[in-house]
Amino acid sequence: MTTSTHPEPVAAVTPVVAAGPPSTRRRRRNADIAEPRAIPWVYAVLIGGLVLLVGPFLWMLLGSFRPDRELKQVPPAWLPENPTLENYRTLFTDLEFPTFFFNSTVVAVTITVGNLIFCSMLGYALAKLHFPGKRVIFTLVLGTLMVPGVVTFVPLFVLVSNLGMVNSFPGLIAPFLAGPFGVFLMRQFFQSLPDELIHAARVDGAGEFRIFRSIMLPLCKPALATLGILTFLASWNNFLWPLVVAQSEDKYTLPVALAIYAIGENNSDYGLLMAGSVAIIVPVLLVFLVLQKHFVRGIAMTGIK
Amino acid sequence: MTTVTAAPPADSSTSRRRPDRGRRREVAAGYLFSLPFLAVFLVFTIGPVIASFLMSFTDLRSADIRNPLAVGLVGLDNYAKLFTDETFHKAAFNTAYFVVVGVPLTMGLALAVAVALDTGITRFRAFFRVGYYLPVVTSIVAVAVVWRFLLQPDSGIVNTLLGYVGVEGPSWLRSETWAMPSLIAMSAWRNMGSLVIIFLAGLQVVPKEMHEAAAIDGAGAFGRFRHITLPMMRPTLLFGGVITMIGYLQFFEEPFVMTRGGPLDSTLSTAYYTYNQFGFGNYSYAAAMAYALFVVIALVTALQFKLLGPKD
Repeated sequence: MTTSTHPEPVAAVTPVVAAGPPSTRRRRRNADIAEPRAIPWVYAVLIGGLVLLVGPFLWMLLGSFRPDRELKQVPPAWLPENPTLENYRTLFTDLEFPTFFFNSTVVAVTITVGNLIFCSMLGYALAKLHFPGKRVIFTLVLGTLMVPGVVTFVPLFVLVSNLGMVNSFPGLIAPFLAGPFGVFLMRQFFQSLPDELIHAARVDGAGEFRIFRSIMLPLCKPALATLGILTFLASWNNFLWPLVVAQSEDKYTLPVALAIYAIGENNSDYGLLMAGSVAIIVPVLLVFLVLQKHFVRGIAMTGIK
Repeated sequence: MTTVTAAPPADSSTSRRRPDRGRRREVAAGYLFSLPFLAVFLVFTIGPVIASFLMSFTDLRSADIRNPLAVGLVGLDNYAKLFTDETFHKAAFNTAYFVVVGVPLTMGLALAVAVALDTGITRFRAFFRVGYYLPVVTSIVAVAVVWRFLLQPDSGIVNTLLGYVGVEGPSWLRSETWAMPSLIAMSAWRNMGSLVIIFLAGLQVVPKEMHEAAAIDGAGAFGRFRHITLPMMRPTLLFGGVITMIGYLQFFEEPFVMTRGGPLDSTLSTAYYTYNQFGFGNYSYAAAMAYALFVVIALVTALQFKLLGPKD
């Protein structure tokens, strides 16, 4: 007990101190709670689960390199016997995949930028500024967090078609430019910043917009990164609305194009479908693997607090 | 020291000095900062939520699209039709089936993985977390396409593996019995990752001292899980249950890509049927159906909060 409160660095190397509570908490949990004998089982189960989770992706990747004949073969070969890039070649030259790729990127990037701007502004106002009607706005925005897309898509289609935006980028983008989720996330984050920063800047004569733009927003980089990634991902994978509003091939996003190929006349050309799936998933996987801590933080920030 | 003590009086004097102009500027800034979001939000979210409700009491069809205000009022006819439409009953039953089996399955698997990751294993912990989260970031459409490939009756890997252990797998997606369980399995596979992360965070609030004390008193691992971990994780489980359920009540992409709602409507979901009615041009009927689904989502969420929420 006394050793644990001992601040001397010398004490840290003695075995007595090494057994003290702070440094060995994790190991003690293993010993007392998890019973070391159980650990191999834990690993076995986790690894088994991981194989089940990652396996389909590997099978998809392998499938995308197989010629059609091999994909229909019974039983299937484990590894491609005649690996080919033919599926990818068809995807990018005979089909309009570069167009779908471009459409998905334009839509997702615009929606992401819009949300970063609009949600951070409103989130800041709700967290840090005092003005009448603030509570009403917050309740209204929060109240729609739960409204499913299926509830609004019919009147939204009537609206968008009367605005002449069916089968256009504005039609694909506008309904998602201002999402309630982003407001919620940004407000949470701004609330954690001290008010004194704002007071001090006001005393120094800074205008309200300048305080937001030059002082508060730069402190929000982690939250903005999280919001940006989650929004990009949601738009990239969004399906129902683009399916409704994109009516000709030149406006299809990737998921719409893939779904329409998958149920259309090409529905059993699995080599092509696997290559298409790889094309949708790989960019997102790369983003995820590079920036995965932001995803985890996003879930923790909005889910737990 | 001196600066610290000097600061508060200066601060309070300024705040007393700026009640009018500064206050007005803050209010103006509040509205200006809210305006861009609210303009888009009112037009494209609040408007449609209200319009959807109003629309459900009319006979709006695709032919009326240019003139949506000149439609006839039909009162509750669209809602009454829901009670006699057998395809809707089938879709509602399928949705309930998907939720009632899918939500507990997904949560159970995610909880097991989260607890396993929290046992104190140190090696590959981050690796596992990433691996389990991977399917969550992928497009449901792409995943559904891949799973359709895995579940092919003859050349599919699932039935091939089953063949190795002497089981003859069914024609999963073409069987009325097996199509829905296949969709449920795929959804659990895709969605458990986010729950694993939420549950892992929830497990951190369970004080280790409580486990240690209970272990000293002779409580077994299962008893401690049942009487300490689960009650302490109630808010986390509630949150996970609610978001999973809200998502599952709207399932659409999975049957759209994998089964087209078949065979014989056995995987037609409420959201899918709403989409179909929209496709047939029955806009007001689709709106009524969507609102019915929305009300169910709100009610079940409220119920979950009542049953599992904080007890005072």
